[in-house]
Order: sequence, then C-alpha cells, then structure tokens
Amino acid sequence: MSNLHTVNKSPFEKNALSSCLEHATDGASVLLFEDGIYAALRGTEVADKVERAMGAVKVFVLGEDLKARGFGEDRLISGISVVDYAGFVDLAAEADAVQAWL
Amino acid sequence: MSSIKKFLYLNRKAPYGTIYAWESLEVVLIGAAFDQDVSLAFVDDGVYQLTKGQETAGIGMKNFSPTYSALGDYDVKKIFIEKESLEARGLTLDDLQHLTWEDEDDDYAEKDSIRVLSRQEMAALMDESDVVFSF
Repeated sequence: MSNLHTVNKSPFEKNALSSCLEHATDGASVLLFEDGIYAALRGTEVADKVERAMGAVKVFVLGEDLKARGFGEDRLISGISVVDYAGFVDLAAEADAVQAWL
Repeated sequence: MSSIKKFLYLNRKAPYGTIYAWESLEVVLIGAAFDQDVSLAFVDDGVYQLTKGQETAGIGMKNFSPTYSALGDYDVKKIFIEKESLEARGLTLDDLQHLTWEDEDDDYAEKDSIRVLSRQEMAALMDESDVVFSF
C-alpha cells in the first residue's frame, strides 16, 4: 500500500508537480486534475519529467478536467490512465493516505 | 475632446482552475463599449484559454470558450498569442479557435483576429500600451 498524491496546479505556473514527483516514493499513485492535467499532455516542456517519474509511480488524469480544457486522450503521454470521478474515489479509498499538493 | 488610449488585456491563466480567464473576458466585453484601442494578449498558461473543443459538462462549470468568437462583433480584433508560450506547451495554432472579425470597409470580408508574436514582440506591445489590465 502507498499514498495517492493529487496535483491540481499547472506545472507551468507552480512547482507543485515537481515537488510531488520528487517526494513520491516507489509504488505511489499520482492523480492530475483541474489545471494539473496540463502535465499529462505530450510534447510539453514538462513531459520528460513526468515520463521519467512513471518508472516508479503510476500516473492518472481526471477525464472530466481533460475534456473541459479541450484535450482528448490522444494527447496524453502514453502510459497515463484516465479515470472519472468514481475512479478518483476508488484511488483515494485504496490508498493509505491522500496527499494533496496544493 | 476624446482621447483614444491603447488598452492591453494581459491573460496569463488557464481557464476553469481559477476565475481569472472568465473575469478577463467579462471586463473585455464591458470595456469594448468605450471606444478605446483594445488589444488582447495571451501568454504563459493564458494560451490555454483559446483551445478548441472545450466540453465542461463533466465538471459542472459554464463553458465560456464560445464567447471568444464574439469578440470580433464587439470590434475587438487584435488578439496576440505568444509563440514561446505555445511551444512550451506543445501547442500550435491548430489547437486553438480560429477567431475572425468582419471588415465593413472591405465588403464585410472575414479577417483573422489572431496574430502570433515572439516574446520580444510581445514585450514591445506591452511597452507601447497606455493601460494594462492583468489577469
């Protein structure tokens, strides 16, 4: 068992994602939602950082927030899983604790 | 005597996560009634405001993205997007709405409202503005 880390800030505006990825331990899950979804997209300046982290942590993105901002699943870094609100709840319930990077 | 000033609306925030983008659009539409020289700039995460295909039903928020296409009708026809900001986010103009205005002096021809500027050109635009509203 391990923690679920949630990131809801844009990686271009805040260091929440960077700090999260540097502190998340092997086997942890990271859920990107609200403006955090921009970290899940391919071809950005932060995509490398996310791809490197994916060796050790599982990355999820909230589909509703992705869609609201005009992006489809085809734009995601490969290996990132899309969840809906119910999936978010499941991840939180399965985790030892939820750590929110505000 | 009326004096026309150069107004710049500087947009740096993504939509929905905060209220800045929506507030900016409201202020631009209200300000459009005052016959000033209006420019909109989209830099940093502000470029995300114009992405195509936003569907907000799932997050229970108003989708205000179609309103940008009405800017031309309000005589807001100078919209500047920073090239470096697009590139950092892996975006191209094709990812954004195509915004136009109708030129009544040219038989109502549809003309592009959006121009992509380099960071240096964007800096110059900021310098030559009389009034800057930051969002």
